[in-house]
Amino acid sequence: MKRIDFIKTTSAVSAVTAFGGIGILSSFSKQNFKKHLTILHTNDVHSHIDSFPKNHTKYPNQGGAARRFSYIKQVVNENPNTLVLDAGDAFQGTPYFNFYGGELEYKIMSKLGYHASTIGNHEFDNGIDNIAAQLEHAKFDLLNANYDLKNTSLESLVKPHQIYEVDGLKIGVLGLGIELEGLVSKDLYKETKYLNPVDIAIEESRILKDELACDLVICLSHLGYEYKSDKIDDLKLAKQTKNIDLIIGGHTHTFLDKPSVVNNSEDKKVLVNQVGWAGINLGRIDFYFDEKGNSENKSLVIEV
Amino acid sequence: MKSVLFFATILLFVSCKDAKVEPVKISGQQININPEIEKNDSIENFIKPYRDKIEAEMNEVLAFTPESMFKTDTDLNTAIGNMMADAVIEIGDPIFHERTNKNIDLALLNFGGIRSGINAGDITTRTAFNIMPFENEVVVVELSPDQTKKLIDYLVSAKIAHPFSGLKIELNSDGNLQSALVNNEQIRNDRNYFVATSDYLLKGGDNMTFFENAESVEYLNYKLRNLFIDYFKVHDTIAPIQDKRFTQRKN
Repeated sequence: MKRIDFIKTTSAVSAVTAFGGIGILSSFSKQNFKKHLTILHTNDVHSHIDSFPKNHTKYPNQGGAARRFSYIKQVVNENPNTLVLDAGDAFQGTPYFNFYGGELEYKIMSKLGYHASTIGNHEFDNGIDNIAAQLEHAKFDLLNANYDLKNTSLESLVKPHQIYEVDGLKIGVLGLGIELEGLVSKDLYKETKYLNPVDIAIEESRILKDELACDLVICLSHLGYEYKSDKIDDLKLAKQTKNIDLIIGGHTHTFLDKPSVVNNSEDKKVLVNQVGWAGINLGRIDFYFDEKGNSENKSLVIEV
Repeated sequence: MKSVLFFATILLFVSCKDAKVEPVKISGQQININPEIEKNDSIENFIKPYRDKIEAEMNEVLAFTPESMFKTDTDLNTAIGNMMADAVIEIGDPIFHERTNKNIDLALLNFGGIRSGINAGDITTRTAFNIMPFENEVVVVELSPDQTKKLIDYLVSAKIAHPFSGLKIELNSDGNLQSALVNNEQIRNDRNYFVATSDYLLKGGDNMTFFENAESVEYLNYKLRNLFIDYFKVHDTIAPIQDKRFTQRKN
């Protein structure tokens, strides 16, 4: 529903502009913003490469990589300044994983133009060495900052963060994973050591924003959206950190009506989003940038 | 000197500020991937050979069953559960024996872990995926006599048709334990028992806490699903029945 509204508004604006005069067309169609970045994201796709069957009770004919790609292509055509991200658990859930061990999942994510994903607990289902083997099929980055991967096969393959340059913007993306003990057996994750995600996120986002001068910092989190207990989740992470603009979450398969807006430790707004599971939905966040201190756009407008 | 440095700092600050942008507007939406969005042909064509190969393998006929079996067919023990627990011992014991020179005494799975029934007719690879979609593997847990008794207490108080094999439990008419025999003999206090189960239950799944006090654990590195596939492969016809392994006296 939102999407349709958005497209309608845009075309209405262009139509009026075109009528009003060619000279100001370009400035109007950009809505006077200096830059426009689109983020598309999934989480917990769980090997759902095909759409759900037509007779599925809850999600008939929904999801599927071929449909997802059609939408991604459409968005990239409209705005080439688009990043495609995933928050983990691409593996496990259909025979595609049982038969091919994640090869097809990573090949398809590469074909769909994903830029980055993070390590979900189910990525370990066939062992950490299998993740390393399947990364040969990945043309995207697998990011994690809070697993100490020393002495594992992922040591040189997984980076804590990556910076993507889009239309002159520097977009810093970091990855966070859930505590594995009790969730995954040790013979699968081997020497992987879990580090406190809050401490790591504070440090990594500081490096990305202050030292590496990123314009935007995005965290791909497989911690989970919300727990009633003290267990760290995306909402707590957003409150306890600064320098992060957007948390793309996973693990809890949470369907949200709209992205949550949380105040961080400096009272600045952070978006936290998650889009269910199985590729039923795709999240879309559009960031519009202007020069710092531009008097026309002093306060941040969030439309969710 | 000081003023020059000050001037330079200001310049740097100003130029930095000019170049920098910040988000002024953010909009968020969720796109439902539904049939209104057409499937992309290149992705469909890429997936097809993988899908076809899985379909062919999933449809491979491994065995035949004359009767359908569902876990809700009967109380206390069921044909499908008995088959699964018996299969764990039949296929698992030779492997365990070869590695440890010991034998599995009994097998225990959980009722909730039977994820599907089996229809009458052909049993295929898909059948094994349906009854066991998870990646759990077979483990053999060494339990002390005390913990073995706790295992029996658990089954007595649950009164659910958790699949087991190698064990015979009779309840009296009040639902309390009448007798429990492992391989036709009483639980002895001078030996431990080797219980085959899944790594899921070993980790406390379904509150089977007696497994937490294991004396030792042997991982067979054998997925339960693959064990069932191999069991189907060596049996032309599968015709398990409800039997006397878990019963309650009427009076």
